[in-house]
Amino acid sequence: MNATRPGTMKLALGPLLYYWPRETVLAFYRDCARWPVDTVYLGETVCSRRRELKLADWIAIGEDLARAGKEVVLSTSELIESDADLRTMHSVAGNGAFRVEANDMAAVRALAGKGPFVAGPFLNVYNAGTLALLAELGAARWVAPVELSRDGIAAVVADGPPGIETEVFAYGRLPLAVSARCFTARYNNLTKDHCEFRCIEHPDGLALDTQDDQHFLVLNGVQTQSASVHSLVAELGEARAAGTDLLRLSPQSQHTGEVVAVFREAASGALAPHEAAARLAPLMPAAACDGYWHGKPGIVSVGASPAPK
Amino acid sequence: MDQAVAPPAQAVRRMKLVCPAGTPPALRIAVDNGADDVYLGFKDETNARNFAGLNFDDKSLREGIDYAHRHGSQVLVALNTYPQPSTWRKWQAAVDRAADLGVDAIIVADAGLLAYAARTHPGLRLHLSVQGSATSHEAINFYHERFGIKRAVLPRVLSVEQAEKAISRTPVEIEVFGFGSLSIMVEGRCALSSYATGESPNTHGGCSPAKAIRWQQSPRGLESRLGGVLIDRFGEQDHPGYPTLCRGRFVVNGDTYYPFEEPTSLNTLELLPRLQAMGVAAIKIEGRQRSPVYVETVTRVWREALDDCAREPQRFRVKPAWQEALAGISEGHQCTLGAYHRPWK
Repeated sequence: MNATRPGTMKLALGPLLYYWPRETVLAFYRDCARWPVDTVYLGETVCSRRRELKLADWIAIGEDLARAGKEVVLSTSELIESDADLRTMHSVAGNGAFRVEANDMAAVRALAGKGPFVAGPFLNVYNAGTLALLAELGAARWVAPVELSRDGIAAVVADGPPGIETEVFAYGRLPLAVSARCFTARYNNLTKDHCEFRCIEHPDGLALDTQDDQHFLVLNGVQTQSASVHSLVAELGEARAAGTDLLRLSPQSQHTGEVVAVFREAASGALAPHEAAARLAPLMPAAACDGYWHGKPGIVSVGASPAPK
Repeated sequence: MDQAVAPPAQAVRRMKLVCPAGTPPALRIAVDNGADDVYLGFKDETNARNFAGLNFDDKSLREGIDYAHRHGSQVLVALNTYPQPSTWRKWQAAVDRAADLGVDAIIVADAGLLAYAARTHPGLRLHLSVQGSATSHEAINFYHERFGIKRAVLPRVLSVEQAEKAISRTPVEIEVFGFGSLSIMVEGRCALSSYATGESPNTHGGCSPAKAIRWQQSPRGLESRLGGVLIDRFGEQDHPGYPTLCRGRFVVNGDTYYPFEEPTSLNTLELLPRLQAMGVAAIKIEGRQRSPVYVETVTRVWREALDDCAREPQRFRVKPAWQEALAGISEGHQCTLGAYHRPWK
């Protein structure tokens, strides 16, 4: 372990969690081909009603990105309820072209024994015993749950199976909860089945504040996220020391390419932690937080990341 | 195995009643009022109701098992949180304790812990906790194939139709929630509590922990805070409820309302014939944190309802007296069918 050498970590762009118009998504990933990310996760993971892009579209995007030298991973949905959801999951799992990130145990079952897969952040891997089980079934990489602290991740890595890659959610609004109910539809007095796809109006989520004006959460359809932007940009040395192999950056509607660039420089050691945090601040849609990393409430900001102006 | 005996044509399908026991008195009350199963936890974060004054040590559990068995009830121990790296051994030890004390089953969420239990105590009956977030028969069958689970508790997100399909495609007994506090988020998939307080059901066995709560009288009303975050503000007319995060009133684009849910209780009494016909094995009552009076009332009402339903499902009617009794102990004094009822979504 070497806390001063963050240079060997790869950057991964997490799956797009919001609902954007088709052309916006296509343009986003065209740009992404030029960004210094190593891995790109693709697919609709939040809501099966979102249909701007079909699986074939995601695969076409993936082929372009693969040609640009990216590792492409297709992610399965974080919540499977219906037969249609199961069919979609199987189509993703059996896509034949790209590696798959499993986000529930039905997907793990579909992928087990059929080659390497990624154990996604919603599988609740909180200990080495669970990680060993997933590795046995074919997981070549795991993404830590957002709640798991630096020390927790380090302990799982230390006691976990050898050779498995560790990915950590390093930037973005935190996906905190998922429900059968759509809170964006509820806000609009609509039912989920007749939601009018209104979440497309909120490219970074719909802001929810406390009654004393604290920016607290954002509503993203059936998913609830933190309002603050979790950022480990000033903690990459620690991340490396904890055993992180990949840093997951979550797409946002503006400046994602610049965010990637800052992380690339910071991860290579070209940018000092406080400089990286300062460069990142104006690119963020809200204030920074990093409490989970430090074993504290996720909303807290402990590290060097200053709040944006 | 003996030769198969054909069931009688009019086989009585009888769903088990699974009741909460936060304390030894609650256990006895649940057993006395006709619970088939009682579920409980140890006095630590190995279970999802890790609250002060609740739960069982070895001695009270031994006595509880003895009492339940003498009266024909079974005892299920919930080890339904996720062992953290630093505490993994504590969970292992809890599995061993439960097995050694002779509990009838353990209710587990963590896949690694299920693997340990299946390996170490092959005779121990395993139930998949609702915190395991298995929302399809394929996920449930994963746990069956890997660990031989005998029963799974369905997360409270599925409609009746979805639950029915899951039941028809798994050999695992299915338990569903019948009554109690309704979680709006998928169980095992919610970190809202730890975002505000550092502790969540997955990591510490509790949502919105009491130690993180502050009540403050302010010029604008009585305020409830969780980890410093303002959850709600109450006027004279309001009934201040426990500040569970997803039951708070917040502001979206200038509208102050309950963005997640109104404080309501789940109540599926009217669905009982349907649940029974589709093969639900057990009905779970939430509320290990609730009082003995609560346990007495829900167990009595649900025992009667389940017996009525088993006897004459076609003629089953929800009695007003049942609803009245349940309304008196419901949070928010308002009941809902939750996700079972499609328009709710």
